Amino acid sequence: MTTDLVSAEPAPAQRTATTTRTLYVMRDYAVLILLGAILVVLALVSPSFFTFANLMNVANQSAPLAMIATAGTFVIISGNFDLSTGAMFAVGGVSAAAITVATGNPWLGLVSAPLIGLVLGLFNGIAVTTLKVHSFLATLATSLVFSAIAVLITGGSLITVTVPGFTDLGRQRVGGVFLAVILLATFIAALWFVLKRTIFGRHVFAVGGNSSAAELSGIRVSRIRISVFALSGLAAGLAAAISVSRIASGQPQAGLGMELEAIAAIILGGTSIYGGVGAVWRSVAGVYLIALIGNGFDIMNVNPQLKNLVTGVIILAAVALAAAGNRRR
Amino acid sequence: MERLRPGETDVAEEKRHPVVETRDICKRFGGTQALSGVGVSLERGEVHAFVGENGAGKSTLGKIVTGLYTADSGRLRVDGRDVERWDPLRAQRCGIAMIAQELSLVPELTVEENVFLGVEHHHLGVLRPDLGERFARLEQQAGFGLPPRARVADLRLADQQKVEILRALAREARVIVMDEPTSSLTSDETARLHELIWKLKQQGCTVVYVSHFLDAVFEVSDTISILRDGRLVRSGPVAGETKRTVVEAMLGRQLESTFPERPPAVAPDAAPVLEVTDMASTNGVRDASLCVRAGEIVGLLGLVGSGRTEIARAIFGADRVTRGSVVLDGEPLTSAKPKNTIQRRVAFIPEDRHGQGLVLERSVRENVSLATLRRFARMGVLTSRAEKAAVTHMVRSLDMRPPAIELPIGSFSGGNQQKALLSKWLLGDPRLVILDEPTRGVDIGAKYTIYEAIAELARRGVAVLLISSEHEEVLGLAHRACLVSDGCTRGEVDPERTPIDDVLFRLFSIQERKEQPA
Repeated sequence: MTTDLVSAEPAPAQRTATTTRTLYVMRDYAVLILLGAILVVLALVSPSFFTFANLMNVANQSAPLAMIATAGTFVIISGNFDLSTGAMFAVGGVSAAAITVATGNPWLGLVSAPLIGLVLGLFNGIAVTTLKVHSFLATLATSLVFSAIAVLITGGSLITVTVPGFTDLGRQRVGGVFLAVILLATFIAALWFVLKRTIFGRHVFAVGGNSSAAELSGIRVSRIRISVFALSGLAAGLAAAISVSRIASGQPQAGLGMELEAIAAIILGGTSIYGGVGAVWRSVAGVYLIALIGNGFDIMNVNPQLKNLVTGVIILAAVALAAAGNRRR
Repeated sequence: MERLRPGETDVAEEKRHPVVETRDICKRFGGTQALSGVGVSLERGEVHAFVGENGAGKSTLGKIVTGLYTADSGRLRVDGRDVERWDPLRAQRCGIAMIAQELSLVPELTVEENVFLGVEHHHLGVLRPDLGERFARLEQQAGFGLPPRARVADLRLADQQKVEILRALAREARVIVMDEPTSSLTSDETARLHELIWKLKQQGCTVVYVSHFLDAVFEVSDTISILRDGRLVRSGPVAGETKRTVVEAMLGRQLESTFPERPPAVAPDAAPVLEVTDMASTNGVRDASLCVRAGEIVGLLGLVGSGRTEIARAIFGADRVTRGSVVLDGEPLTSAKPKNTIQRRVAFIPEDRHGQGLVLERSVRENVSLATLRRFARMGVLTSRAEKAAVTHMVRSLDMRPPAIELPIGSFSGGNQQKALLSKWLLGDPRLVILDEPTRGVDIGAKYTIYEAIAELARRGVAVLLISSEHEEVLGLAHRACLVSDGCTRGEVDPERTPIDDVLFRLFSIQERKEQPA
C-alpha cells in the first residue's frame, strides 16, 4: 500500500522524508556520533591518544562508574531513580577494607562489598515499594543513612589495607588487559543480555512505560522495582570492590557525587528520564564520552579548570541533538 | 477530491475565504503514509465531519489543522493566508482548538483551574480571584453542570471531556476540532453535546467533528469529508449522503451486516465458568451476582458510572473483594491479584487503553506478548523467534494494519491499538475474557473484526463478559445481559428479545427509583 504512494509523491516530500530520517538517526545515535567525533579529534590532535596503553587506562579508570551506570540504566528504565549509589559505593569500599584488615583474607573482604551493596539495594527497593514514596526522595534519604554508616565503620578516617593480594582485583592484568576491564565487560554483556533477552528485562521496560498496564498484565510491579534497586546496589558494591582494591584504602568519602555522574551518563546516552525507553550500551557510551573528554584534557595538557565547562557544553550538545530529532513529530 | 469544494465557489464569488483550508497535505509516520494529497476547507459556522475507518487519517488531519502534527508537505491556509509555522500555540492564537480523543488535562488541578489554565486573569502575575465567576458564566452557556472545585482526576471520562470542551470555549475558539467526542459519552450526554455544537454553530463557530459514529455525524454535521487510506474520497454537504453511501465510501466495498452470527446458545444447566455471588469491593461494587458459562457471552448493561467497570475489576483482582464470592471453574478465587487470576486464565481488557492497557513507547510485539512472556522463554531467557511468530500470527488474524509488529504501539490508530490489546490476551488462551468497552474509539471496519473475534472466542468455548456503553453491541452479541446500576446487578434481560429502548427505560427507571428515597 505504501510503496506506490511513495513513488507517486512529489520530490519535495521525499526530501523532507530524508531529512526526517536523518533527524531520527541523530536523535537515536547522538551519543555515538559525539563519541566518534571526539575519538577522531583526539586521535588527530594527539599521537599519544590512540595508543593501547592510553585507551586501556581510560577503560580501567572509568570501570567503576560504568558498572554503576549500567545497572542504573535498569533503574531509570523502570521509571525510578537511585540517588544512593555513591553512598552504597562508600559503604561497600570501607566494608571491604575493614573486613580484609580484620580477617586478613583479601578475597573475603572484596566479595563482601557487592553482597553488602546488594543488601543495601534491597533495602532501597523495599523502602520505595512499601512506603510508596517516590524513589528520588526515598534514595535521597537512604543515601544520607548509608554515608553515615560508612563514616561510622571507619570512625571518620581512612582504613589502609596492606594485606598482600588485596590490590590484585584493581591492578592486576590478564594478557595486558586490566582485570577490572574484563570484569566490566562481562558485567555489561550480562546486563545487556538480561535487559534485552529475558522476561525480567521486558518487565522492567513495561513497568517504566506504564506501570498500571504492567500490573494488569500480571507483572508483580513491586518485585521488579525491588530487583532493579538490588541490582543497582550490587553494581555499586562491585564498583567499590574494584576501586578500593586499586587504591588499597577504604575512604568513607569515596563515591561522593558518583550517583549524579552515573545518572548524567545514562541520560546522556539517550535513555529516557521518564522510563520505558533505553539501553545498556547507551549508558556505557555515555560514561566513556565523559571519560574521553577528561582524558583529552589530560593528554593535551589543557587548563583542567576548563574541563567541567567543556563537559557541560558537550552534554548540552548531545541533548540538543537528540531533541532536534524529537521535535519533528 | 474531484468534487468542487464548497469553499472554492465562495472565494470566487464573494471574495470570502474559508476559515481553514488544507491543500495537498501529506503526512508520513515511519512506514505508513497517513495522509496523501488531502484538501478540505472549513467554512465559518459549519459543522464539518471527518469520517473514515481507523488509520484512514481523519484524526491525523484534525491534528494537522490544530498544529499537533506538522505536515510533510502541502499547505495550510487560515483566513485565506498561508501559514508558515504552525504549532498548537499558534493555532490557539488563531482561535483553533482541539479536543483530543485521549484527553489532555492536568489531573491534579480542579475543573475550573483546568478550564482557565494558561488564560488566567492576573495583575502582574498575581491571580485575580475571579475564577469561580468566570466559570459560572461559561457554565451558563454550556450547561454541563460540572462541579468547579472537583479535582479532574476524580471525574469520569465523560466529565473530563466536558472540561476539555469548556477549555476551548474559555479560549473563545472559532474552530474546535473534536476527535471522537462521543466515544465515552452516554446517549443522553451525546444529545447534550450536540445541542452545544448547534449553539456554537449559531455563534459562528466552526466545529470539526472527527468520528465514526455515523448516527451522530448525520445528526450534527453540515458537511462531510470521507477519508480512506489517507486519501480524501469526497467532501460535500451531508444532505447528499446516506449512511450507506458513507460507509461504502469509507470501506471502499459493500457493507456487511452489523453483527456476526451469535454463537450457539449454551444449556442453562451447564456448569458456570465464572460465578459471582453477592460481591462487594473496595471500589464501589455493592452487591453483584452473575454467572457466565463456557461458550457464553454475558453482557453488563448500565449507564456510565453504574459500576460495570468496577465489577470487572473486582473479578479480575484489580480491586479487593470485601464480601461475597468469586468462583472460577468451581474453585473460589481467593487472594485475587491480577497475577493469580491471569494464571487461572482470566483475561481483562481495560476500558482505558492508554492508561491501563498499553505501554505506548514499546513495540506491538512487546505489548502483545507482555502477559504471556513465559511461553516464549526458557529459564527466563526469551526466544524471539517464537515470540515473533506468535505475535505476527495473532496480529494477522485480527487484520491489524499495518502488520508491522516492531513499530511502537503509540503510532497506531485507536482501532489497531485495540486489536493489539485483544491479541495480547488471546495469546494466553483464556477461559474467561472480560472486555470493557472493546470498541471505544474504534471505527466500523475494525469494530466488525473485533465483534467477530468475540463471537469466535465463545464458539471456542471461552466464557465472555462484555461491557459496553453502546448497548446495541451488548444486545447484538450477548446471550444474556445483566442490568447494572449503582454498583449492584439488577436482574437479567434477553438480548434477542429486548429492544434497546426497553433497556434504557429499565436502566433509567432503576436510577430514578434509587434517587427518590434519597
